[in-house]
Amino acid sequence: MANGIKDKVAIIGMGCSRFGERWDASPEDLMVEAYGEAMADAGIAPEQIGAAWFSTHMDDIGTGRGGTPMGIALRLPNIGVTRVENFCAGGSEAIRGAVYAVASGACDIALALGVEKLKDTGYGGLPMGSVGTYIPQWYPNAVAPANFAQLASAYQRKHRLDRDLLKRAIAHVSVKSHANGALNPKAHLRKPVTEEQVLAAPIVAEPLGLFDCCGVSDGAAAVIVTTPDIARGLGKKDLITFKALQVCTSNGWEMHSNEWDGSYVHTARIAAKRAYEEAGIRNPRQEISLTEVHDCFSITELVTMEDLFLSEEGSAVRDVLDGVYDADGRVPCQADGGLKCFGHPVGASGIRMLYEIYLQLSGRAGERQLPAPSLGLIHNLGGQPSQNVCSVSIVGLHRA
Amino acid sequence: MIGIVGYGGYVPRLRLSRQAVVQANLWYAPQFARRKGHRAMANWDEDSITMAVAAARDCLGPDDEKRRAIRSVHLASDTLPFAERLNAGVVCEALTLDEDVEARDVTGTPRAALTCLGDAVARVRAFGGDAVVLAADNRKTRAASSQELDFGDGAAAIRIGTEDVIAAFLGKGTVSVDFVDHFRLAGEDIDYHWEERWVRDEGIAKLVPRAVAAALGESGVAAEEVTRFIFPSTFARMAEQVAETCGIRPDAVVDVLENEIGETGAAHGLLLLAQTLENARPGEVIVIAQFGAGAEAVVLRVTEAVSRFRPRIGVSGWIARGVEETNYTKFLSFKGQLRLERGMRGEQDKKTALSTAYRHRKAILGLVGGRCEVTGKVYFPPSRLSIDGGGTVKDTQKPYKLAERRGRVLSWSAEQLSFHMSPPHHYGQIDFDGGGRILMEFSDIAPGDVEVGTEVEMVFRIKDFDERRGFLRYFWKATPVRGVASAPASQSGSE
Repeated sequence: MANGIKDKVAIIGMGCSRFGERWDASPEDLMVEAYGEAMADAGIAPEQIGAAWFSTHMDDIGTGRGGTPMGIALRLPNIGVTRVENFCAGGSEAIRGAVYAVASGACDIALALGVEKLKDTGYGGLPMGSVGTYIPQWYPNAVAPANFAQLASAYQRKHRLDRDLLKRAIAHVSVKSHANGALNPKAHLRKPVTEEQVLAAPIVAEPLGLFDCCGVSDGAAAVIVTTPDIARGLGKKDLITFKALQVCTSNGWEMHSNEWDGSYVHTARIAAKRAYEEAGIRNPRQEISLTEVHDCFSITELVTMEDLFLSEEGSAVRDVLDGVYDADGRVPCQADGGLKCFGHPVGASGIRMLYEIYLQLSGRAGERQLPAPSLGLIHNLGGQPSQNVCSVSIVGLHRA
Repeated sequence: MIGIVGYGGYVPRLRLSRQAVVQANLWYAPQFARRKGHRAMANWDEDSITMAVAAARDCLGPDDEKRRAIRSVHLASDTLPFAERLNAGVVCEALTLDEDVEARDVTGTPRAALTCLGDAVARVRAFGGDAVVLAADNRKTRAASSQELDFGDGAAAIRIGTEDVIAAFLGKGTVSVDFVDHFRLAGEDIDYHWEERWVRDEGIAKLVPRAVAAALGESGVAAEEVTRFIFPSTFARMAEQVAETCGIRPDAVVDVLENEIGETGAAHGLLLLAQTLENARPGEVIVIAQFGAGAEAVVLRVTEAVSRFRPRIGVSGWIARGVEETNYTKFLSFKGQLRLERGMRGEQDKKTALSTAYRHRKAILGLVGGRCEVTGKVYFPPSRLSIDGGGTVKDTQKPYKLAERRGRVLSWSAEQLSFHMSPPHHYGQIDFDGGGRILMEFSDIAPGDVEVGTEVEMVFRIKDFDERRGFLRYFWKATPVRGVASAPASQSGSE
């Protein structure tokens, strides 16, 4: 019986580029920016890194294919660099690779870095990726907003909700994230918005309007991990360790049976259960101090609150409107602005989420610092509700 | 006895208001100012193949047993999307017919459908089994031309067999001469037309009666016995004039549906025949004639069995389902004559891997899923391993046809982001009656038509157009199950 990852690996350094429309920066620039901050934070030399994991999604703008783009950009000392790609969950996947490498004892210190240069694709939203030769012959030419908007139609019907009430609840999700992002100097979108503005925005994919969709941003984020013992040997105190790393990948049940009702993300519930078990968490609503979840769209964040068992099924609308997930609420969500406002450079997002939790747990989150958080949850979702990869990670103060 | 054992038709849902065309072009073409009525207008994802499939389904019904009896498919059209690739072959796959069926494309003249009808009868006579004759046209016309107003898009299907014959085939007459009234060189889009009076007086008026006389002669039927005379023409009172020349009673002349759908080219004769059969009485004699590179005529006698067959929706049903379209630029865009800005998402490459398409042709063109014999679950696309049993249930899925099943919307959205010929782009997850789930696109739909729980049925449509290489791929789309509305409802929406 496996005994999990809990407290086997600690973070010794993290870095994150400023996210946004970085017309000034190349993928290399963004990598160097995030890596530089992480290395300075860790206080180690490049030769001390034993292996690296590289997360990037788009393969047509020079950041994809193999590990060489990262190895060359960072002038890494010919260590193994593994490119991982798991849609929007790629960043969390890179973290998992680095953490598992350290936990296995195969290397002492490992690096995970994610980068995406979406603005160089020329698209206002996410570009359409290639999905092989068979799927396009029958599958809709679907875009992400409409894939996730389907959660709204099914959720609304399941819980017999008035469309306007659901619209208002998801609007609150965006208003909250904008308020948080406004306090974050590295965030892409830094203007607060009102509920009225959100509700009045043009529809992108029914019922999601412009403000229900996250930013399309450039950015990079990096994390350096090692064992708690080595971390202490490097002079690190108040360690932050991984409590759980779970990834759950669809096996097609959602689409290949008629049982899933389309109103939630099946893999998220499984990943959350496994993560709580791995971390030894019994009551997430009480024990989790803050969350960074995959709010690619406002409706995704709303149903995620139920998928993570933070809200009871059918009650996320009420909880959201009651401010449970606001910065001053019981379980703050997206203290950094989330995908919505920090931005969503696909391959970097999972690591960016960890970055915020790391800053908050270290008491280094500046203006948006939450009072004494001890345990943070990262939820990262790649693909679409009906077919996806979902990761749930938990990190916390090391109390050993 | 040999003859018609089933019939059906198809008229696209959109009906372009002729006044909308007239108003848009009045500055240029004031001579059309008084044109009234509507013309059928194919949706952007329809062509002669998809319309032929729709008509065939109208004729054949959902019964798989009936399809198994079909030994040949004859597709007549002057607007086949592929000059080389058997268009009828695509139709056969969509209808999930047996692979030993004979399939052929017949083209080059508006009377191609009657040529097919004769061939089908001969084939059934010689080899047995049933034949299905399909005719469809989706013609392009010059903007502000009389053809733009006269023509319509549509399809028809006639099944030929020897059991339960509802209209016996009595005989046919043909005149083949190189009388050119209009023409289109291979590779061109739009026909060139000659002067009307010459076509009418020297062409139709002289050639069609010869074919009708030959058909009546072969059939041993006197002209006075004819109770229904079908002659599609865009010329006013042309059918009446031909009937008079032939000695056919004026009250036998069948209305050509000019006001409702316009003239549907190669399909129009069979489309009018399909509608005529809807209310024909036993003993009636039907003559159907078409003009083009000469003329052709067929004589039929309706039998007692006529009341025992009903098409699924029927030409009258399709006509009643029409929705008025008043947006002329939409018509031009759908016909490929007005290139609207597509944005970057419109640049997406649509190259088809032909090997993949072939390997999965049953699933893609036939909408055939797999039903696990162990668990009873239905899969689309079919797969090697079933979901139950944790991946241990292997190779238990048997072909399971989904196209004739209805479904319900589990979730949906309509988005304005991707390039789509008729935004917003609607798609969602469909749960099929009897099991199975597909995330698929909707067609023939306007905002407000769909919600969770909406009952849908399948239509065979163009999935994507690869403009770089000139290839079309086809798949099925969901459309709300509709009753019959009053035609055409004054509702103009996004389709």
